[in-house]
Amino acid sequence: MKHTLLALWFALLLTVPLWIDQYFLHVLITTGIMIIAAMSLNLLLGYTGQLSLGHVAFFGIGAYASALTALGFDVHIFGYRIVHEPWPPFAGFAIAILVAALCGYAIGKLSFKVRGAYFVIVTISFAEVTRLVALNWVELTQGPLALNNIPPFTLAFPGVGEYTMWGKVANYYLVLAVGAVAYIVIRRLVLSRTGRAMIALRENEPLATSIGIDVTRYLVLAAVVSAALAGAAGALYAHFVRIIDPDIFLFIYTVTMVIMVITGGKGTLAGPIVGGLIFGMLPVALRAWATPVAQWIIYGVLMILVVFFLPRGIVPAVREWWENVRPRPDETGRTSAVHPSTGPVLSSSKGSGRTGTRNV
Amino acid sequence: MLGGTYALLGIGLTLIFGIMRVVNFTHGELYAFGGYMMFFLTSALGVNFYVALLAALVLGIILGTIIELVLLKPMRGADIDTTMLIMIGCWIVLQNMEMMVWGGVAKSVVSPLPADPLAFGPVSVAWLRIFVFAAAALLILATYLLIHRTKLGKAMRATFQDRDTAALMGVNVGAINTATFALGSGLAATAGALLGAVFVITPTMGDLAALKAFAIVILGGLGSITGATIGGFILATVEELGAGYVSSGYRDAMGFLLIIAVLLFKPTGLFARTERIG
Repeated sequence: MKHTLLALWFALLLTVPLWIDQYFLHVLITTGIMIIAAMSLNLLLGYTGQLSLGHVAFFGIGAYASALTALGFDVHIFGYRIVHEPWPPFAGFAIAILVAALCGYAIGKLSFKVRGAYFVIVTISFAEVTRLVALNWVELTQGPLALNNIPPFTLAFPGVGEYTMWGKVANYYLVLAVGAVAYIVIRRLVLSRTGRAMIALRENEPLATSIGIDVTRYLVLAAVVSAALAGAAGALYAHFVRIIDPDIFLFIYTVTMVIMVITGGKGTLAGPIVGGLIFGMLPVALRAWATPVAQWIIYGVLMILVVFFLPRGIVPAVREWWENVRPRPDETGRTSAVHPSTGPVLSSSKGSGRTGTRNV
Repeated sequence: MLGGTYALLGIGLTLIFGIMRVVNFTHGELYAFGGYMMFFLTSALGVNFYVALLAALVLGIILGTIIELVLLKPMRGADIDTTMLIMIGCWIVLQNMEMMVWGGVAKSVVSPLPADPLAFGPVSVAWLRIFVFAAAALLILATYLLIHRTKLGKAMRATFQDRDTAALMGVNVGAINTATFALGSGLAATAGALLGAVFVITPTMGDLAALKAFAIVILGGLGSITGATIGGFILATVEELGAGYVSSGYRDAMGFLLIIAVLLFKPTGLFARTERIG
């Protein structure tokens, strides 16, 4: 049941480029990239309970790492000249994940010494420092002039030739594939022993420590995986949009990810996807009559309303509603007892199905 | 001069943070609001510079009270992340409203002070900067006296130390929260009005200001007015030195590097007593 629904849902996503126009496809691709970033943030925010407001740093680092690997660079550090010849974009993609994961490790090691509000502020500071470095290290990043002409992804088939992903359809499938992999990675991690340790830390840190859970180790692990996924999203973004400037480090993008996670439901697998689709599609729905500034006001109001009235997000709310409706035909509550994880998957198709119909 | 306004920002934030346990993301917006009020009153309505400054303080207090009553009062007792998210939402709304009303073009305020600088031998200082410094110092002193010499201040300190005991002793903790938020907001708005007169006013001026205010609070330690004052001056000095000796592009990065360093080596801040927030 659960797997069929998931497969159907995925099959539907596969057919999307066949019946959607170019503009919506473009929106869907960028939304997909943001959803991957939001999923990675959810791992930290939802499962370990650490509100990282510097998440965009990993996204930006991934984007810059991938773009620079693909473009090549020539810099001087402390008198040494470092020259890097351009590599294929997929190598950049791998390096982006690696660099972002390393940064996640370093930041995790440093910042998990503090908690709560202090942790939030350390992460914000980190993001601001990376933005200022991107802005000022002109030799490497071109500063405000932006890195442009980033090559799109290229698939090389030995003996057959190369396929360069210029078009939107190819990029859509790439984002979908990476998104699916990210979903599976997070799902496997969260449902594993490690994931339960993370949730235990979120629920009650002193208690979790007392039964022998190594706090720093699990938090750093979550930060590394989360940063790596955010880096992957950043790399996808860099090669799809093909131009990046230091503005991708702006705090507002972190806020966007946080809104997506909170609205959808933090600590649920489907939450970031639902929230991401809503906030990714909202600009399309609103653009006819609202300026970008007005849209931001609507976002802010929505965010406050969600926190007030649906503090746990849409997915848990829909799941609760579903479980209230559902037992009647079955007479017993056995279904939910047998498949405790049915909820999020069902509600994912529900919640996002609704947004889907709104846009088509 | 910068140190004084930074200290004002930091004091407002440290009070709100220390007493209410709210990470106030709207702080920077109140700062920008103060700047805009200054601009609006002096240029559009032709109000006197000093009156406008006072009005910015009062309007900041009013706006702060409204935010507190509407958004934070219903959420008393909610955890720190929840209120933080509400404040982020409010921040987005306020910033974009400023953008909508006044547009993205930077505004400047005309000051009535003489443009010729005051010269002390080789050093010359603009009158406006002296005025800003004096006004900031006066406000810091006033806040200090308010906290340490009045009944309201005593109630605030009691709430800061132990909210439940304070409530048992007959302190109206809810009203103290509102008063704290209003006071902090007023200080932020005044800081914005003062700096707005020196530099220019833009809708996003609050973002960096808010982050710097956080840096100051962390430097000084939670809930410590003295700490926030000294923290403000330290941050301003470090920034200027960083701009002078490293690179002016990294000026704003100095504060953040300072935060990271302080939190790594002395997470309670440089001047905190014993309290540690987990």
